[in-house]
Amino acid sequence: MRARIAYAGAVHEATPHGGAPGEALLRLADGRVVREDEVVWLPPFEAGTIIALGLNYADHAKELAFESQDEPLVFLKGPGTLLGHRGQTPRPADVKFMHYECELAAVIGRPARNVARAEAMQHVAGYCIANDYAIRDYLENWYRPNLRVKNRDGATVLGPWFVDAADVAVPVSLDLRTLVNGKLTQQGNTRDLIFDIPYLIEYLSSFMTLSPGDVILTGTPEGVVNVMPGDEVVCEIEGLGRLISTIIADDAFGLASPIRDGESIGSS
Amino acid sequence: MLAPCAHHRVQFDVPPFRLSGIVYGSLLNQRDALDAMGDAVDKPPYNAAPRAPILYMKPRNTLVVSGDRVTIPAAAEEVEIGACLGVVIGKTACRVSAVHALDHVAGYLIVNDVSLPHRNFYRPSVRFKAQDGFCPLGPVVTPRVAVADPGALSLRTYVDGVLVQTSTTSTLVRPIPQLLADVTEFMTLAPGDVLAAGVAAGAPRARPGQSVTIEIDGLGALSNFFVRAS
Repeated sequence: MRARIAYAGAVHEATPHGGAPGEALLRLADGRVVREDEVVWLPPFEAGTIIALGLNYADHAKELAFESQDEPLVFLKGPGTLLGHRGQTPRPADVKFMHYECELAAVIGRPARNVARAEAMQHVAGYCIANDYAIRDYLENWYRPNLRVKNRDGATVLGPWFVDAADVAVPVSLDLRTLVNGKLTQQGNTRDLIFDIPYLIEYLSSFMTLSPGDVILTGTPEGVVNVMPGDEVVCEIEGLGRLISTIIADDAFGLASPIRDGESIGSS
Repeated sequence: MLAPCAHHRVQFDVPPFRLSGIVYGSLLNQRDALDAMGDAVDKPPYNAAPRAPILYMKPRNTLVVSGDRVTIPAAAEEVEIGACLGVVIGKTACRVSAVHALDHVAGYLIVNDVSLPHRNFYRPSVRFKAQDGFCPLGPVVTPRVAVADPGALSLRTYVDGVLVQTSTTSTLVRPIPQLLADVTEFMTLAPGDVLAAGVAAGAPRARPGQSVTIEIDGLGALSNFFVRAS
């Protein structure tokens, strides 16, 4: 497993280097050993097209009162939404329901076009954890989930590690869970994916060329709860680590209210 | 065959000098396209007209330049041709006001937002807009200073040389400055990103074997030939 971090004026590749719990160490590619809280964690790979799945666990689909589907519910995200491990995700002051989504992310390593399910996993370079935040207050019934819900600045956390596919023995059966301020709120296993990774690669590559760096966020199981400024959200996936992010209030961004320059959203 | 890095083949001579490859489109941002929905906007599954900008992405596999061939998938008879003005970001745009929004624009280009025809906008399949080659753009980026008013441009679409649609950027629900303000309220646009302003009602269609040219005043012409999947 490896991370991309910023330290002392440059971006580095880093690998785990032991250390006590809470004081874990990283070894940079140039040999320096640093504490993990001394660095800025970046998304662990250069992301290309960011492909996300909605309602891809039966229990979560039920939680949101959604009926069965004949095609994966895919939406796309832009790079501006990405954050690394230990990042800060803003919560607008005027919303009532903002939730995390712990997801297994599969990173494409080889171009894929019209790839059959049986060969699909050869195109996966590795995996990481994704936390795909959503603000449900902004959900509109047009091109759901509309980007104002899902593609907000700082709303998609990736990391901490990029883990080579060869190092993930059984990606079809990984436990995942989320803790908010240390309390378990979400639990699932990737065996319960409605559309699994080989299917998703076969489906997507039937109409779009997947390229190295493209990433598929495979969806989240049930157990999404509201999070508030100050909350620490930890998403864990078996063998991939613990992805931490913190919710912050938008007053940190100089926003006294969602009204800007005397005009309001949708004033047209 | 899809050419790699199509967005690097669009020429322009103003900063940031190349596109990022990130292209967002705006749904129902032409007044006639919204009006064409009629009473349906207030009924299920929509229940209300859009409030904030409704955006979608044209991922990097969709990007091609003028002169490239576009493949229509075997299962489709024809595609919709979505002529729209593309706004190229020049300076990082985060929560910009409408008054200052155009300061963040590097220039403009023509975008052909190609789609498989679909009538339901509730949760359309990504297949409809994300097929390889479904976002021709170009032919060049025209600098902002060369465009007197991005809200007064005519768009003309020709199929096999026949004029099939005209539209104008003067009828946008959110004109470019307001669109940039409302989009960057929740997502920062970076230099080289493209925001397509919206497609007019009655998008013409093209079949395999047809050529499509879109002209926008002062921005040149974007031409592509549509072919059947082999």
